[in-house]
Amino acid sequence: MSIQGKTAVVGLGYTAQGRVPGRTALSFYMEASRNALADAGMRASDVDGIIIQPCPTDHSISFGSLAQELGIALRFGADQQAHGASAATIIQHAAMAVHTGLCKSVLCAFADTSQSAPLRGSVIYQRALGTDAAYGLFGVASGYALAARRHMEEYGTTSRQLGAVAVAFRKHAALNPRAQMRQPITIDDHQASRLVVEPLHLLDMCLVSDGGRAFIITSADHARSLRQPPVYILGFGQGHPIDSLLRRPSLTTTGAVQSGRLAFQMAGVSPADIDVALIYDAFTSAVIVQLEDLGFCAKGEGGPFVEDGRLELGGPLPANTSGGLLSDVYLQGWVGPPEAVLQLRKQGGERQVRDAELAVVTGSGGVLSTHGTIILGDKR
Amino acid sequence: MTTTEKPIPRVDDLSRPFWEAANRGELTLQRCRECGQWRYPPSWGCPNCLSEGTEWAPVSGRGALYSWVVFHRSYHPAFEVPYNVAIVELEEGPRLMSNVVECSLEDLRVGMPLEVTFERVTEEITLPKFRPRTP
Repeated sequence: MSIQGKTAVVGLGYTAQGRVPGRTALSFYMEASRNALADAGMRASDVDGIIIQPCPTDHSISFGSLAQELGIALRFGADQQAHGASAATIIQHAAMAVHTGLCKSVLCAFADTSQSAPLRGSVIYQRALGTDAAYGLFGVASGYALAARRHMEEYGTTSRQLGAVAVAFRKHAALNPRAQMRQPITIDDHQASRLVVEPLHLLDMCLVSDGGRAFIITSADHARSLRQPPVYILGFGQGHPIDSLLRRPSLTTTGAVQSGRLAFQMAGVSPADIDVALIYDAFTSAVIVQLEDLGFCAKGEGGPFVEDGRLELGGPLPANTSGGLLSDVYLQGWVGPPEAVLQLRKQGGERQVRDAELAVVTGSGGVLSTHGTIILGDKR
Repeated sequence: MTTTEKPIPRVDDLSRPFWEAANRGELTLQRCRECGQWRYPPSWGCPNCLSEGTEWAPVSGRGALYSWVVFHRSYHPAFEVPYNVAIVELEEGPRLMSNVVECSLEDLRVGMPLEVTFERVTEEITLPKFRPRTP
């Protein structure tokens, strides 16, 4: 029996975000979880499964820590680390756990305190990269920059095209009261922002943030009795190519080819059917390559594809409507899924995509190493 | 002040032959004794046939620039910006992370022919780097 449309996302939990000093990571997991339960109209005791992505700044937190704080005993629990793809892969495992009857409702949560404390994000996200630090290779951005350069050389992608992604998502963030960066920018601003790891400018790079996110997955039948309009999980897939940039066959084609194909197949829809896209955007260049790999355009045409406001609200493919990791908040892969749910519930406020019925969400971890794709819809 | 010295590779049992050869001015990589496939970075087994039978053998040292970046922000005090970090694809197949030397940043191009050159850093460590070559 197909899992397509049999499970749903029923609760969204947001927290204070951005620079929020003096908070523990566990307090963000808890704030997000409480808010997700309230949003769904559920009590903690209604949850019998928890999957968390471990916190980058506090490795002591497990699914059990959260269960203990919530005062609940579980039938299903897991810590799952696929880095930036974790939210997208956790949705899949939660859906499978619910669909197979292992448990009824799974709380999924993540928190980070990389902006403030106690292990500053600069340590984690700018760390020396093993042996390669001898050559001056530092930080996550450098891997993305190597992939972006290769894409530019193979296909003629330009820095101004990367800028179009940053401009579109900042425009959306300006409509999102929660977003960290709301001042509109132009492509010239992007070009004038300092080069960090060329070809990437500062405005190609995501934020570093404190905060948390949670959501709840349950059966489609159960979802209909809860407080919010259900958002159905219609399709999903994963694709994890070889981790090492040196051993991976291609730096310009990613696991999103496979994760996307699987997700679209399961949902029985195609990219042309999508109303709103939430694409993992730790770096602008990652959006371009994933749009190609998902089939929104041909390989190599992602640069021209994102020009002319195509990803902006009112354009043919509104994307990252909260502002994404670039302008809303950086919480690894946990920014896209809640925004997709909000859009499909028609609760996007000023940034609502009109008649949004079908959304694609992606997560990607490492340097384009791990991939998860989810198709969500407002109908089964 | 140790903070002003560049990080040096941590040599372990797996990578020691690579660094010992570099110290002698030789570029050697692992090659599978079963299927003959070259590989880098070093690993215990062959990802092609899973054999653990491995030999370290010299490679040509010739390759081409696969991709590169230029650091404009200093993440470590010992590195003076701007500088490049490059992925070099060897003729034998494997790719290495390195720096391109004897070449201005403006002249870097994907596909440009490169050859290995060695830069001694400490008594134990010599870094293979790459410079332009005429094809």
